Amino acid sequence: MQRKKECIAMLLAGGQGSRLYALTNKIAKPAVAFGAKYRIIDFPLSNCINSGIDTVGVLTQYEPLELNEYIGNGQPWDLDRTYGGVHILSPYQAKKKSSWFEGTANAIYQNMSFMKKYNPQYVLILSGDHIYKMDYAAMLQAHIETGADCTIAAIEVPLKEASRFGILNTNADGSIYEFEEKPKQPKSNLASMGIYIFTAEKLFKYLEADEQDPDSEKDFGKNILPNMLNAGEKMFSYRFTGYWKDVGTISSLWEANMDLLGEEPDFDVGNPDWKIHSRSPLAPPEFIGDTAKIGNSMIALGCEIEGTVEHSVLSSNVVVEEGAVVKDSVLMAGTVVKKGAVVSYAIVDENVVIEENARVGDEVGGSIAVLGRNITIGAGCKVEGGKILDKDYKGE
Amino acid sequence: MAYSTVGVIFSNIHDENIPELSKHRTMASIPVVGRYRLIDFALSNMVNSGITTVGIVTKNNYQSLIDHLGSGKDWDLARKDGGIILLPPYSNETDVPYTTRLEALMGITGFLTHRKEDYVVISDCDGMARMDFADIVRAHVDNKADITMVYHEEESVESSYYITLTPDGTGRIKELKINPNVNGKGKFNLYVNVMVMRREYLIDTIQSAVQRGFSSFGRDILTKNVDTIRIFGYKFNGYYAGINSLKKYFKHSMEVLDRKTRDELFGARDIYTKVRDSAPSKYLDGAIVKNSLISDGCTIEGTVENCILFRGVKIGKGSVVRNSILMQDSVVENNVDLNCVITDKNVVIRDRRRLAGCEELPYFIAKGRML
Repeated sequence: MQRKKECIAMLLAGGQGSRLYALTNKIAKPAVAFGAKYRIIDFPLSNCINSGIDTVGVLTQYEPLELNEYIGNGQPWDLDRTYGGVHILSPYQAKKKSSWFEGTANAIYQNMSFMKKYNPQYVLILSGDHIYKMDYAAMLQAHIETGADCTIAAIEVPLKEASRFGILNTNADGSIYEFEEKPKQPKSNLASMGIYIFTAEKLFKYLEADEQDPDSEKDFGKNILPNMLNAGEKMFSYRFTGYWKDVGTISSLWEANMDLLGEEPDFDVGNPDWKIHSRSPLAPPEFIGDTAKIGNSMIALGCEIEGTVEHSVLSSNVVVEEGAVVKDSVLMAGTVVKKGAVVSYAIVDENVVIEENARVGDEVGGSIAVLGRNITIGAGCKVEGGKILDKDYKGE
Repeated sequence: MAYSTVGVIFSNIHDENIPELSKHRTMASIPVVGRYRLIDFALSNMVNSGITTVGIVTKNNYQSLIDHLGSGKDWDLARKDGGIILLPPYSNETDVPYTTRLEALMGITGFLTHRKEDYVVISDCDGMARMDFADIVRAHVDNKADITMVYHEEESVESSYYITLTPDGTGRIKELKINPNVNGKGKFNLYVNVMVMRREYLIDTIQSAVQRGFSSFGRDILTKNVDTIRIFGYKFNGYYAGINSLKKYFKHSMEVLDRKTRDELFGARDIYTKVRDSAPSKYLDGAIVKNSLISDGCTIEGTVENCILFRGVKIGKGSVVRNSILMQDSVVENNVDLNCVITDKNVVIRDRRRLAGCEELPYFIAKGRML
C-alpha cells in the first residue's frame, strides 16, 4: 500500500519583498525579523504544525541563503520528520529545461514531483509574507464539507483598500461566483488572503493546463483561479476574522510590530494555546540596568538595557547604553545604541551600530527611518525620518 | 579535540546540600540564572570542548532531568554515535542503588568499557563556570598525570563533603584532605569536582577497588595514595560559583547581575539550554525594572529591583519585588511586597502579601505553593 499524506503545504517564499528596501537587500522577505524573536516565516510554519500539517515544501528563489539556514532541518517547528517534514525547494536544473520559478503557479508546477511523492488528497498553498495565526485544519474541514475543488481564505478589508487585493464575490453559502484581481472598482471588500486549499487532482490538472498556455502569467490569482471558476469548478471562500497583516511595506511591518505591545495587544504572540515556534537565539536572560527606563515594550533574551526604551520591540542581544533613548522603534538582533543616541520611529536591522549622540528618525512620528544590517551611523550624525540607509553614514 | 574524550556527569551527587531545591529534582536540574539548569554548564563546557559523548549518571528523582535533556538536541548531543547517554542505577532485586561515587562508577563500567575514547572528564553539577575541558585534558597529558583534579581558590565552603588540595611547585598534589576545617582561615584550594583520567586507568582503578572492597573514591583511593599515584591539580582561574547551600545559591545568582560575572559566564553566548519557545517578555506601562535579569515569557507591570525572573513570571500592578529570585511561571499578583525571597516553580503570591527574608537566609517558597 502506498503511503500518503492527507494534506501537504506548499509555502511560496521566493519573493524579494522589494518594498522592504534595505531590509531585504540580502535576505528573502520571509526571513525578515519580526516581533523580537520571530521571523515572518515562523507564522505560516507554526500554523502548519499547530494544524497538524507536517509536510511543508518551502519554495525559495530570491537570496535563499539565510532563509535556508534558518529553516535548517525544521527541528524548531517539529518539522524534522522521517516521512514528511519541511523541505527547501529551490529552482533546479532539469534534463530538458532549466528555469527560474516564473510566477506562483509555475513555482508550484515545477515541484509537482515533490507533491506527488506524498500522494496528497489536498494541497495547501501559503505565502510567506503575512503575520497571522490560523487553524488550517478548520479550513480543510470546511473544504471537505462543502465538497469544494478549491477553498480560498478570505478576510474583510476596508473598502478603500480593496483594490490592492484579489477580491472574491460570493453567494450567501460562501461559494464564489466571481474573482477579481486588484479591481479598480471593487464590488465587495472580501479579500483573498493568498491561502488556498486545492483538492490535489484538480490542482495538478489546472497547473499542467496553465503550463501549456503561452499567454499565461503563471499566477494563481491571475490564471489558475479564474480558469477554474470559468470551467465551473466548485470554489468556496473561507471566512477568517482574526488578526492578519501583510507586512510587505515598511509602514505595515512597523505597525505589525507595534500591534504586539500593550496589555491587550491587537495580536498576542504569547498565547500558549497557539505557540509560535522559532529558532531561538543562544543568550542569557535580558539584563535591565539601574539607569534603565522601560515602558510598554517587548524585549528579547540577551539584551542589555541601561537607557530608555519606550513603545518599542527589541530582538535578542540589542544593547541600549545609558542615556540613549529608543522610542516607537523596532530594533533587530545585535544592534547597539550608544550613549546619548536617540532612535525614534525607525526600523533598524541586525548588527547596526548607532554611535554616541546620533539621531535616527523623526521624534514626533511621520515616516519611518530604515537602517539596513551591519552598518554604522557615526557619532552625532542625524538620519531623518523616512530615510533608508544601507551603507555606513558619517554625515553629509 | 586533539585527545579523544568522553564525558561523565554525576547528576545527583551533592543533592543533600540544597534540600530545598533538590527535594523533587536532581542537583543537575536545579534552575539557575533565569533559563538554565545547573547541568547546562557542565554539558555546554563539554560540547564546547569538542566532547560529543556524555554519560549522565542518575540515581533518583530524575524525571525533571529527563524532561530537560530530551533527546539532547538543544546541546547538539542528539547523535547516532554517542550523544547523551542516560545511565540510571543498575540493580537487581536485592541491591540498593549506589550510595557513593565509587559505587556509581562501578555501575557504569559497562558504559566506560564500550567507549573508545582515550580520556574521561568526570564532572558534577554543583557549580556554574565556563571551563575549557580540552585545556584540562591537554594539561593532564603534558603532566603525564594519572589523575587531574580541577581546583579553585575559595575562602569558604558550606558543602557537607568537599576536598581541598595542596599542590607542589610542579602542580603535583602533595596533600589531599576531606572536609578539613578551612572556613575563616583565609584562602584554600577547593576541588571543584571536575576530574580527568585515561579511560582505561579509570576502569582499572574501579576494578581493583571492587576487588579490595573499597567504597569511597575520595577516602579509599585518592587520600590514601597521594604519594604513589600522580595526582595533578589544575588551577581554574575564571569565575566559579560553587552552589553548595541555599545561601550560596542566592549569593552566586545575585553575582550574575554584575556585568563582569555575566560576561565571563555568558559573553560568548555558548551556554546551551532547553528551548521552550516562550514569547519575548513584555514590559507594560507602569513597569519599573532595575538591575535585573528577565527571562522570556514574563509580563511585568510592577517594580522589579535586583531580581532574577525565570521564564513566564508575572508581576502585577503595584507590586514591589526586590532582591529576589522567582522561578518559572511564578505569579506575583497586585500590591505584593517581596524582599529576599526565592520562589520555586509555579508559586502564586496573592494580592497584598508581604514576605521578606534576608541575604543570609532567603525566604524560600516550595514548588506549586499558593500564598
